[in-house]
Amino acid sequence: MEFFSEVMTAILGSSGFAAIPTDWRQLLMIVIACVLLYLGIGKGFEPLLLVPIAFGMLLANLPLTGLFNEPVVDAATHTGSVGFMWVIYQGVQYAIYPSIIFMGIGAMTDFGPLLANPMSLLLGAAAQLGIFTAFLLALVLGFTPAQAAAIGVIGGADGPTAILTASKLATNPVNLLPAIAIAAYSYMALIPLIQPPIMKLLTTKEMRKVKMTQLRPVSKTEKIIFPVLVTIFVILLVPDTAPLIGMLMLGNLFRECGVCDRLSDTAQNALMNIVTIALGLSVGFKATYDSFLTWDTIKIILLGLLAFCLSTAGGVIFGDIMYFATGGKVNPLIGSAGVSAVPMAARVSQVVGQKENPSNFLLMHAMGPNVAGVIGSAVAAGFMIKVFGG
Amino acid sequence: MGAGETPVNSPMPGSIFKVECTVGQSVKAGDVLIVLEAMKMEIEVSAPVDGTVKAIAVSTGATVNTDDLLVTLG
Repeated sequence: MEFFSEVMTAILGSSGFAAIPTDWRQLLMIVIACVLLYLGIGKGFEPLLLVPIAFGMLLANLPLTGLFNEPVVDAATHTGSVGFMWVIYQGVQYAIYPSIIFMGIGAMTDFGPLLANPMSLLLGAAAQLGIFTAFLLALVLGFTPAQAAAIGVIGGADGPTAILTASKLATNPVNLLPAIAIAAYSYMALIPLIQPPIMKLLTTKEMRKVKMTQLRPVSKTEKIIFPVLVTIFVILLVPDTAPLIGMLMLGNLFRECGVCDRLSDTAQNALMNIVTIALGLSVGFKATYDSFLTWDTIKIILLGLLAFCLSTAGGVIFGDIMYFATGGKVNPLIGSAGVSAVPMAARVSQVVGQKENPSNFLLMHAMGPNVAGVIGSAVAAGFMIKVFGG
Repeated sequence: MGAGETPVNSPMPGSIFKVECTVGQSVKAGDVLIVLEAMKMEIEVSAPVDGTVKAIAVSTGATVNTDDLLVTLG
């Protein structure tokens, strides 16, 4: 009997249960992870991302797992060990996952509406306003220039771009990546709630009712040449944007060239899903109590929201300018779609426009600025990395 | 298109998600005739004028392009 209780004590003593009460924040993170799981599964809140992120967060805050152990190699016996999550995380550390996800986005995206209406490029650029304003505000709040740049990129409303920028700019001295990633993805999910009030505030009823003329049809040749030209021009202009723009355009070329349908299908479905699992787990895994439960996280979440609202406003205001410049032919509601969440932001333009005028269909017109926004925020991110990457 | 008939065309490329009217049914301007699906979003196409549904040119699941005829109102 005495032997039995000794064994039990030993097992319990070396278990996680004995290690857990070291810090109450660890328990709080486990609770947060479970709440996020509930939001994903129970409320259907971006479940494809939130479930892996929340589960990663749960794993990260359980003690003694050794999941993030760095590789240890014994040269003499050719043996070694490494933590599972450490391996998976390298794809975030070196920005592999965001680039592969961009390839999938490229394969999913039809750049036709942008080619039919090249003016949308300006809206996609105007909607990067929040990136630069939030950057300045983050500086004022005491973040380093590199950190501030990474926080600003949340305003582009693009998860992969935000992760890539943060992984290059905001991992030292503290790792802000989980907070930035979670803020970026939360605001992407909240687009249908955040954008409409701003859109209504900055437009008149008259403007919202504008019907836009049909887009011209775009030829297959144009669609094939476009990704190649953009790759050459944009990467020469901002070389640091090569991983994102290069992969985005490769995916798009798979889609449009007509002879790589199998690759296009893999890039936008199977591969995208695989990488989303790895990315979600990794981001969640970096949300440990000591890095996540800080004032910085709260500041990032507020700055991110502000950046996102300002980007929306920038797009809509430029839409207003185009409305006046064209004598009322452009509906300014498509401006808000200049943030790069494809196609969520374009859907919001459609919904707000149709509410005002049931026979108004802005979806395709909004896709122009929307896909321009993807390029715009990738270029803005490349610019930030170039300037602050050191 | 005969006199007094109004064509209702597809506003964008997509697929027919639901047909919400039947031939012979009388509709008012603003009534939903067809629900399109584009970009994983349901888009309602409604009647531009009061009238009767003369013909429905599409069925559920069909792929349509911009300006393809959906419904003829009379």
